[in-house]
Amino acid sequence: MVPSYVPLSYYLLLSGFLFGCGVIGFLIKRNIITIFMSIELMLNGVNLSFVAFAAHWHALAGQVFVFFVMVVAAAEAAVGLAIIIAVYRTRETLNVDQVNLLKL
Amino acid sequence: MNPMLNLWLIPLLPLAGAAINGFFGKRSSRKAVTTVALFFSGAAFAMALWVAMRFSSLSLPYQEYFAHWLRSGSFSVDFAFYLDQLSLVMLLVVTGVGFLIHVYSIGYMWGDPSYYRFFSYLNLFMFFMLTLVLAGNYLVMFIGWEGVGLASYLLIGFWFTKDSAASAGKKAFIVNRIGDFGFLIALFLLIRHFGSLNFNQVFQSVLPMSAETSGAGLLTVIGILLMVGACGKSAQIPLYIWLPDAMEGPTPVSALIHAATMVTAGVYMVSRSHVIFERAPIALTVVAIIGTLTAFFAATIGIAQTDIKKVLAYSTVSQLGYMFMACGVGAFSAGIFHLMTHAFFKGLLFLAAGSVIHAVGGEQDMRKMGGLRKKIPWTFWTMTAATLAISGIPGFSGFFSKDEILWRSYQASWVYWLVGVITAFITSFYMFRLWFMTFFGEYRGEADTEHGHGGHSASDAHGGHGHGGIHESPRVMVIPLVVLAVLSVVGGYVGVPGSLGGNNRFDKFLGPVFHGSAPAKEHSTALGEKGAPEQETEGPEPQKAVSTELMFTGISVVAAFLGLGLAWQLYYRRPELPDKVAASFSGVYEVVLHKYYVDEFYGALFVKPLINFSTRILWQGVDQKVIDAAVNDAGDGAKHVSDEVRHMQSGNIRSYAGWVAAGSAVVIAFMIWMWTGAR
Repeated sequence: MVPSYVPLSYYLLLSGFLFGCGVIGFLIKRNIITIFMSIELMLNGVNLSFVAFAAHWHALAGQVFVFFVMVVAAAEAAVGLAIIIAVYRTRETLNVDQVNLLKL
Repeated sequence: MNPMLNLWLIPLLPLAGAAINGFFGKRSSRKAVTTVALFFSGAAFAMALWVAMRFSSLSLPYQEYFAHWLRSGSFSVDFAFYLDQLSLVMLLVVTGVGFLIHVYSIGYMWGDPSYYRFFSYLNLFMFFMLTLVLAGNYLVMFIGWEGVGLASYLLIGFWFTKDSAASAGKKAFIVNRIGDFGFLIALFLLIRHFGSLNFNQVFQSVLPMSAETSGAGLLTVIGILLMVGACGKSAQIPLYIWLPDAMEGPTPVSALIHAATMVTAGVYMVSRSHVIFERAPIALTVVAIIGTLTAFFAATIGIAQTDIKKVLAYSTVSQLGYMFMACGVGAFSAGIFHLMTHAFFKGLLFLAAGSVIHAVGGEQDMRKMGGLRKKIPWTFWTMTAATLAISGIPGFSGFFSKDEILWRSYQASWVYWLVGVITAFITSFYMFRLWFMTFFGEYRGEADTEHGHGGHSASDAHGGHGHGGIHESPRVMVIPLVVLAVLSVVGGYVGVPGSLGGNNRFDKFLGPVFHGSAPAKEHSTALGEKGAPEQETEGPEPQKAVSTELMFTGISVVAAFLGLGLAWQLYYRRPELPDKVAASFSGVYEVVLHKYYVDEFYGALFVKPLINFSTRILWQGVDQKVIDAAVNDAGDGAKHVSDEVRHMQSGNIRSYAGWVAAGSAVVIAFMIWMWTGAR
């Protein structure tokens, strides 16, 4: 057994805290970029729990997943930021409540 | 081993014609349509003749099998054709008369804008009719049976923009469906009890059965149900009401479908099933009674009709009654003989009537005709031949066939004979009434005929002409008249009875089909006279019977001439007399004029209650209150629910995210609860 200097539960608590911050930020912020960053925060919160579990159980799968998540997050960031720029160019605002053309 | 005849070509040729004209006729010229229609119906006729020529070299019945159709356990139905003497006669009549009527229609329908459609339907009819007569089992026969019904519907309602034509077509179809229902149940019974619908197999299983003399059994039920079907198709009491209305169709249709061929399908079917009927005396009696009653009642209605085609329509019903009378007394070959001669003379009568209608510009009311003898001589002379034939004047075809039926029916019961002779008298009377009213006396129509004042047929039959006045029909219409007139005169000589010096070749020709199938001798004597005539004609007839037969022939001839004389007296010598007679018997006359109020009676008894039931219960009750209500309430409910729920669809991304978060919180809470609960 590899000595674990920090117990698993700490990691999980931090992971849950980061995820919760992301959720709250996503729910209450209006700026798209902030929302976007909140999503990244949630993703990384989950990543943290993945690696924590991976270390705890000596299983590589969790770490591999983290790489996948990071790749997807990077791709998402590229597409998402492009969309945000496009939105800003057309609407001149980044307030999500004002981007509501599709609403009835 | 039989040579391959390729019988399947006979029906398929007209079908090809129907398809070509139906699909391409609209854009083709009239000439092209005519060529196609004539070629394919003519080819079918030529092939029928070719089959007839090779007929003696066949071992009968000749059967042809094409493909499996249905397979279910041991029960199977195939597409198969069946040719014996009976189908050959039908085949020749259908293709021959059919071809002549095609030729005639060229002239009659030339001006019609839907020329191609007419010929497409007509060829389609030929296809189904030939399928019917050539069928090798009851189910293939049923295809033809339903198919001719369809063709009949299409052609009755040919001028469907006219309301009466459209509803006449519907009436014909619906009334026929009632009959078909009986036919279908009979088929189901056959399948249930004999496990087959093939003529051969069914008749093989029925042959060893003895006659159901003591009471009604399976065969009686099947026989009566088959007769119900025949009543619909062949316009017998109580289902005859559609045929007079069917006269709304173009006249060649009336001639082909509603006189010469389709309506005789019932007679053909009953004759085809003679093995069953011979073992079901009760069913045979039903057939005979229905035939006799129909012959008589339809004839009496015919007296008072003033529409030339309606007279002929009731006459057709009446003559079909004769055929069923013949079948009902076991004289199937006599019935088929009359069917054949009737196809000639009644087809001719209708065509000639069409020619008359054509000549007077669409007028069908005989009261507005008269004196046409000199103006349309060809029509006059050919119609004269047909009138003499149907009235049973000696020497003409109808005389031989009708006399044969009357003699055979006398052998069964004098009642049939008596009604038959009275009917023969009435037939002769109304036919000569028609003849005198149309061709003799003064012309009673409008002085200078304005074309197109009459019915639809006027403008259509005349579209291409455009000249006024009464005139003979074009040659293309006259030639079929002449051919049919010749056939009406000489057609009877194939069946001259022994008592008149002939040897009834027609009966002998059909002999292999009908004779030798009657139930064993002791049964036939036990059931009275019914089976007896079959046996009697096989041997040489005793001298006494011949003199009796001659006497009865004399009586029916007298009846025919009496009818002629009465018509001559009333409608030629003293044309004012009929009105007085009608006035003095005004009660009876009214009833007869209104066809015994049968249509009204059926309307009150069946149609009205059905409409009321459908309106009140089915429409306003079940349909509106149950089905519609269920659908509407389901829709309204969905609308109400979504009215409330749609607020969730705010389009606000954060509220969505909130719902997602709340949802996941619930799921997690649930899982935790489960997890702790499981411990």
